[in-house]
Amino acid sequence: MKLHRSSGHLTLALALLALPFIIDALFGHGWVRIADFALLYIMLALGLNIVVGYAGLLDLGYIAFFAVGAYTYALLGSPQFGLHWPMYVVLPLGALIACGFGVLLGAPTLKLRGDYLAIVTLGFGEIIRIFLNNLNAPVNITNGPQGISAIDPLQIGGFSFGSSYEWMGMRVDDVHLHYYLFLAFTLLVIFVSRRLEDSRIGRAWVAIREDEVAASAMGINTRNIKLLAFAMGATFGGISGGLFAGFQGFVSPESFSLMESIMVLCMVVLGGMGNVGGVVLGGVLLVALPELFRNAAGPVQQMLLGKVVVDPESLRMLMFGLALILVMLWRPAGLWPSTQRRREFDADDSVLHQEQETVYDASK
Amino acid sequence: MTASDKTLLELTNVGKHFGGVTALADVSLHIHRGDIYGLIGPNGAGKTTLFNVVTGLYQLDSGSFQFAGQSYTRCKPHLLAQAGIARTFQNIRLFANMSALENIMVGRHLRTRTGIWGALTRNAAARAEERATVQRARELLEYVGITCAHQTLAKHLSYGEQRRLEIARALATEPKLLTLDEPAAGMNATETVALKALLQKIRASGITVLLIEHDVKLIMGLCDRVAVLDYGKKIAEGAPEEVRRDPAVIAAYLGGEAA
Repeated sequence: MKLHRSSGHLTLALALLALPFIIDALFGHGWVRIADFALLYIMLALGLNIVVGYAGLLDLGYIAFFAVGAYTYALLGSPQFGLHWPMYVVLPLGALIACGFGVLLGAPTLKLRGDYLAIVTLGFGEIIRIFLNNLNAPVNITNGPQGISAIDPLQIGGFSFGSSYEWMGMRVDDVHLHYYLFLAFTLLVIFVSRRLEDSRIGRAWVAIREDEVAASAMGINTRNIKLLAFAMGATFGGISGGLFAGFQGFVSPESFSLMESIMVLCMVVLGGMGNVGGVVLGGVLLVALPELFRNAAGPVQQMLLGKVVVDPESLRMLMFGLALILVMLWRPAGLWPSTQRRREFDADDSVLHQEQETVYDASK
Repeated sequence: MTASDKTLLELTNVGKHFGGVTALADVSLHIHRGDIYGLIGPNGAGKTTLFNVVTGLYQLDSGSFQFAGQSYTRCKPHLLAQAGIARTFQNIRLFANMSALENIMVGRHLRTRTGIWGALTRNAAARAEERATVQRARELLEYVGITCAHQTLAKHLSYGEQRRLEIARALATEPKLLTLDEPAAGMNATETVALKALLQKIRASGITVLLIEHDVKLIMGLCDRVAVLDYGKKIAEGAPEEVRRDPAVIAAYLGGEAA
């Protein structure tokens, strides 16, 4: 059994390592780049999963932490201020600053629940974006709407992830290298998520989600535990943001719009709130499917109808919306829900149990 | 033993208002260590309000209370749980989608220490603590007499078992004072008898019990001392037999003038 499992892990590891080359060979270079983005989004979604999935706090401004991480990297590693700090300093610093922003957002919103929390976090996300947009006067910090360009590539020592290398006659491009770097970070985030989920802290998060009053009566310091959820989620967002900035080489406020927050939330909800596997699946699907529609919508129409009737771009969003509705209708707990969440959506069976109980009592 | 050693919980002139409504007015009472203390009164008398004050869910408007020699006026629920007051709820508030075992493990939160670092590294201390937590949770399930599979979700337990699981979860916090808000509500006769036996067992283990109950028979058969609330005021306190004969209590329950 154990052997069986470890050989399964080995197969998975080999598949993950070979994946960029397989994608490259089958679909071309562009899709490896999409895979890189998918990994960044998975990291983001896993961070949001801690806040929304485990602790049950609806956060609609999560992309702000991604922005904080990205701008930290951009400001400290670009000609903007002439600073070129190394990645192993800037990335953790970005994560730390994002974590600080997480606490900053969490602290005043601790008493809010549900819809009210959602509205405040939504506002927070927009505030960060608007700040980034306007911090070019009187002192130019963020370069405003033009964004920051010529950001240093991700590099450790002399090794840059932004260049191509020849290795044993094989050309390894920057998109491949980034894939491996992002994969390593994603695996780390998955590891941290799973360890936390199955621990004293994770149980406290779920207890707060289930019943905050009862949780505090059991001695859980709900303030600290909620702040911890915000801080952990924000940290993952900050790391992902730093990697994004180094990968793109360019950041501007429009990358951090409300739509992005909603996208990440969709990954969590669609994939399966509270389940790491589900969230990963949600991230992959929501990055890959729109791209697929973008590329396929035109040619398919050409083939079937002889001309392009609907603009591929609008069709893409249409199909995307349709897919979301279908999933919510048939799998309300997500495609791959955590066992707990799945049970939660079986609302009737607890009624059934109660009813049986009453009948049982009456017949005594 | 001095008086303060003997008294575990002492309320002094506690008052609580909701807008213009006075829920509690100048209530003073003291609960001795090792007793089962009953709190009765007609509906709306302020019993649950008093409970919520003592467990930190409400902040009191006037007066104060002393618990285990420490004075409290404003305090958070989790700090009172830390101090040793555990509670159950009138309308069962279990973590419905967690298993019976996990519910009790959450109750152990207070008496365990594993933080982020321990959770991530799963070092020897964290693993030992997790094992002890599971072990203690199993013991408590057995202690309160829940025999079903430990992985059963709390919401799928029978009503009587849910009530007992709440007690087990409260016991997991290692309380000095266990406060129970109408634990026998909705129970059938057999379940009530089992509950009575459980409460006696809990007292025998050295835990003081504060009990709100409507079932006067249960209160009279179980409690060492009883207080009666009516319209937010304490109208009687003493041994069950005295209280039962008190004219003010009879008037409050049956209405009309005291004889």
